[in-house]
Amino acid sequence: MTQPQPQSTAPEEDWRKDFPVLEQSVSGHPLVFLDSAASAQQPQSVIDAVARYHREDHANVHRGVHTLSHRATDAYEGARDKIREFINASSRTEIVLTSGTTESINLVAQSFCRPRVGPGDKILITHLEHHANIVPWQMVCEQTGAELVVAPIDDDGQLEIDALRALMTDDVFILAMGHVSNALGTINPVREIVAEARQRNIPVLVDGAQGVPHMAIDVQDLDCDFYAFSGHKMFGPTGTGVLYGRESLLDAMPPYQGGGDMILEVSFDGTIYNDLPYKFEAGTPNISGVVGLGAAVDYLQSIGMDRIAASEQALHDYMVAALSEIDGIRLIGTARNKASVQSFLLDDIHSHDLGTILDHQGVAIRTGHHCAMPVMTRFGISGTARASVALYNNRDDIDRLVEALGKAQQIFS
Amino acid sequence: MSQQSDDLQDLYRELILDHARSPRHFGRLQNATHEAAGINPLCGDKLRLYLQVNADDRIEDTSFEGTGCAISVASASLLTDTIIGQPVAAAEAYFESITRRLTGTEPGDLDEHLGKLRALDGVKEFPSRVKCATLAWHALHSALHNDDQPATTE
Repeated sequence: MTQPQPQSTAPEEDWRKDFPVLEQSVSGHPLVFLDSAASAQQPQSVIDAVARYHREDHANVHRGVHTLSHRATDAYEGARDKIREFINASSRTEIVLTSGTTESINLVAQSFCRPRVGPGDKILITHLEHHANIVPWQMVCEQTGAELVVAPIDDDGQLEIDALRALMTDDVFILAMGHVSNALGTINPVREIVAEARQRNIPVLVDGAQGVPHMAIDVQDLDCDFYAFSGHKMFGPTGTGVLYGRESLLDAMPPYQGGGDMILEVSFDGTIYNDLPYKFEAGTPNISGVVGLGAAVDYLQSIGMDRIAASEQALHDYMVAALSEIDGIRLIGTARNKASVQSFLLDDIHSHDLGTILDHQGVAIRTGHHCAMPVMTRFGISGTARASVALYNNRDDIDRLVEALGKAQQIFS
Repeated sequence: MSQQSDDLQDLYRELILDHARSPRHFGRLQNATHEAAGINPLCGDKLRLYLQVNADDRIEDTSFEGTGCAISVASASLLTDTIIGQPVAAAEAYFESITRRLTGTEPGDLDEHLGKLRALDGVKEFPSRVKCATLAWHALHSALHNDDQPATTE
């Protein structure tokens, strides 16, 4: 994986114009969208690809001999190929298309873990996880008697690596961890942790929902066993997602759901399941969404993830510096390696009130617990305000955020 | 734009900010006869409302504790100020009246009696905040009906 090269920040405006939704006013002010960690906006090319598919090509996939079915299948499978290349998986059979990160993780929890774990086994996660990387494992533990173990984080919101290492014992069946924390922005040293886990024969699932939009991902370089991510965080449609899985593991797993498309032959005596990856794709999939996701990959590839990462990192650093200068601010999440996100508290103003006051100045941020209640508990708070930047944001957006926070302080002074 | 600013000022009126900064009847009530939790699943905020109801069905004392935004804390504080010393039936009538008024289903006939509770009117322009304002009232309703489940605004 190449390191991001410092770039001029000039291209920011070029990318912004690709996103039509940003060209509007909210509450009488030009929209400043700083909530991409919740869901990112879509470029015109994605919107067009989905519309074109509906206008010209729609039919069911893998089923018909007619022209439209061929076109739909080509578009859907073409997107799978783009995704494979995007994350450098070695084979398209390792790319399972899902409804999102949540389904991807549940698939692994139910198909990979549930049949093989029991009392005495441990499932290891970290204190940084999103609920989607906690609850599916809790469910498996309830179903099997396995134990959930949580690796701690420090006051900056960084994983305590020594403690994590100590928890990687022989009875750990799987380690499931986020690549980038959605609540705090912490980038975990996934590559190093996977290397240690492999020495102990512990498979690793990486929740990459917040990783994929912000940096180049190479699953072979990371060497993880599963990598889960969502389309809508990477400028594609909602209801799309990916589970990358090492082929040998996917092959040995039973299907997650039964239905059409995941079978080769069905009789009342039994069913022969389809090959990878179709074994895990029961029912008519979200074809148009996946076509849009393919277009999102094209869009990101056309710019280059390293270029995006460098530009975003500069903006993230600008945001952190600007917020730090505000009297009465408390930054939550101060890891050395961070991406995109800054959580904060301002004076004793509740984040919900901040969100409303900022919205009235056209500034959209996320407020609350960010589906990461244990992270909030770790810091002794119920929630934060969170600003997150994506490739279409610029320094003006950050200046507007700071200005809007000043207004909130004025109201509550 | 000025309209927008006015909306914001209307939401965060001085009376609301005052109750948010210095909530009345805050803390746990010893000898409570009724209590209920209110949870706002959107933000995870949680408050607990306590009532001491006497033999004549009058609310002798009340208090609340928990965390929340300015709107939910102010609303809970105003609630306790309003219902203390009132018959249970009157508290129920306030619940009906305030939830109807803020969710805008119909204009309330009882609104004349709402007094300073009308300071909550500003939330009507902020649909996402109506739940903050009604949370304590739903907890009141649950407490009076001895409902074990935490009240939510969903």
